[in-house]
Amino acid sequence: MAVIEIKNVAKRFGDYQALHDINMTIEDQEFMCLLGASGCGKSTLLRIIAGLETATSGEVWIGGRRIDNLSPKDRGISMVFQNYAVFPHLTVFENIGFGLRMQKLPNDEVKRRVERTAELMHIEQLLKRYSGELSGGQRQRVAVARALAMEPDVILMDEPLSNLDALLRMEMRAELKGVLAESKTTAIYVTHDQVEAMSMADRISVMHEGRIAQNATPVEVYRNPAEKFVAGFIGNPPMNFLDAKSAGSGNWTVAGQSFAGPAIDKAAIEFAIRPEDMAPAETGIAATARVVEPLGAHLLVTCDVGGTLFRAVLDSDLVVHPGDILTLAPQADRIRWFDPETTQALS
Amino acid sequence: MSTAATDMPGNTRKAGRYVYIAAVVLLCAWVIVPLYFLLINTLSSPEAVNSFPKSFIPEFDLGSLSFFANFAGMLTALKNSIIVAGLTMIMSIAIGAPAGYALSRFDFPGKELFRMLILLTRAFPLPLLALPLAVMFIRTGLDDTAFGLALVHTTLAVPFAVLITFSLFSGIPIELEEAAWTLGCTRLTAFTKVVLPLILPGITASAIFAFVISWNEVFAAAVLTIENRTLTAFLLQNLDTSPLHLKFAGGFILVVPALIFIFAVRKYLFAMWGIANR
Repeated sequence: MAVIEIKNVAKRFGDYQALHDINMTIEDQEFMCLLGASGCGKSTLLRIIAGLETATSGEVWIGGRRIDNLSPKDRGISMVFQNYAVFPHLTVFENIGFGLRMQKLPNDEVKRRVERTAELMHIEQLLKRYSGELSGGQRQRVAVARALAMEPDVILMDEPLSNLDALLRMEMRAELKGVLAESKTTAIYVTHDQVEAMSMADRISVMHEGRIAQNATPVEVYRNPAEKFVAGFIGNPPMNFLDAKSAGSGNWTVAGQSFAGPAIDKAAIEFAIRPEDMAPAETGIAATARVVEPLGAHLLVTCDVGGTLFRAVLDSDLVVHPGDILTLAPQADRIRWFDPETTQALS
Repeated sequence: MSTAATDMPGNTRKAGRYVYIAAVVLLCAWVIVPLYFLLINTLSSPEAVNSFPKSFIPEFDLGSLSFFANFAGMLTALKNSIIVAGLTMIMSIAIGAPAGYALSRFDFPGKELFRMLILLTRAFPLPLLALPLAVMFIRTGLDDTAFGLALVHTTLAVPFAVLITFSLFSGIPIELEEAAWTLGCTRLTAFTKVVLPLILPGITASAIFAFVISWNEVFAAAVLTIENRTLTAFLLQNLDTSPLHLKFAGGFILVVPALIFIFAVRKYLFAMWGIANR
């Protein structure tokens, strides 16, 4: 059992507050993604859990044991690094067996575990090579195998796929997900790639400026962003926002159209809709097409609604030319509302 | 650079190549010609050394060399030189490498100043220190000992050891150490199992450098030793009034061990300069 509890963790670098009071619980065998733009504090948080960085305040517990005062080797974790960190002076075999040798396991046990993890990562034919003789993808496999061979309670991954090319990344993504599910370890995975996070994670923590903006399942984060930052960060293209003026009793006027929204006492809020949650209809938001990009499966139309950028993903059978005025009807249950002052979602 | 070279007409490129070859030949000649003359004169009889014109083929007269081999104190001086240089090598690495590691891995107040001060120790002229040093050594009983002289030579060699190892450690990604820590290493075992094997060639190179500094050093050696002279000090003392052919032979004896040593460990020097060693 390896539940990870992060309690009030904060980190300062001089005058710069990298993390503000982070609280998070990661369940046993859960795959948690920390997602955010660079500099949001996600790697710092991971390194605090690993023991490579000390928190300015707060506690980290793994499996009911407080570990933030222990050295990395005593925390029951292993880590996969962005640039692989495969030891260049050792063979692949000795790299994977490095941690096992440190535990002074007998030779045949080391051999058994190295060979098993190598097979799992499909690198059994590389065991005699040195890291200089491996491709980036192979090195990454060695790094993952080395972490798995330790049979840790928790595996921490810091952007492990970001140095690989796009095709390899997609392949490794699926493979890594399968291997980790099988290994039954708790995993924390840091990435700035939302596709990676959406496709692999059981739960995503979206981080922004040293805080957790939202902590929820991938679908929840996508469908019901907790704040405007998440709505704009997740999804490609991101969510559209339009100003909404109060028309009384929970109705709001958006680009000349009336929509039912939250019944709150405010003069103006923000209306939000995903580009794919709209379809051309008789009545709806009038949008002037500016750029039309046929993407095969669908058509990405960048429009202008009263001077605001507005994107729509439409069926690729539609014929749209720049300058056309589209009437787009949003799907009622997909409309979201945000408070412009607190940037929080309204319901 | 390479695109510019391919755009050039063929003869310009060829000319560039000739200049390059000429420069290499010139540099080699600069080093090899004096050494060759040293060799010829060492292996010539006293008459041939003083005669003119010179022959380009040595006569293999071992008279001067066998004179030195039988010269009282000569072998002791050679032994002293090796002991002092060896001690200097060990001490400058033992002191320099940890300092280089600290400079590259830790942030501490005054780090830049410290790096500056390391270099400044080399700006201090040794002759100025000679008298107080000699007095101090006599008081502490360190005078005329191999260890005492090695201490002085270590002082001279340490700045280089620190700066060379600093750049070596900086060339090793911190992630490798961090990976070792997460795999069950302490700071110390991560160092011995991961960092040390990777920097060993570079450490060897900087050790050789310390060895050569000590081997060549003559001033402190001459001032601080009387009985236990190193080769440089011994030759300086004795060759001053010797005939020419013995001077040549003495120079030869001084140069050759260092040359052999450097030749034996040349691949580590290449490693230090970042040239791939095969």
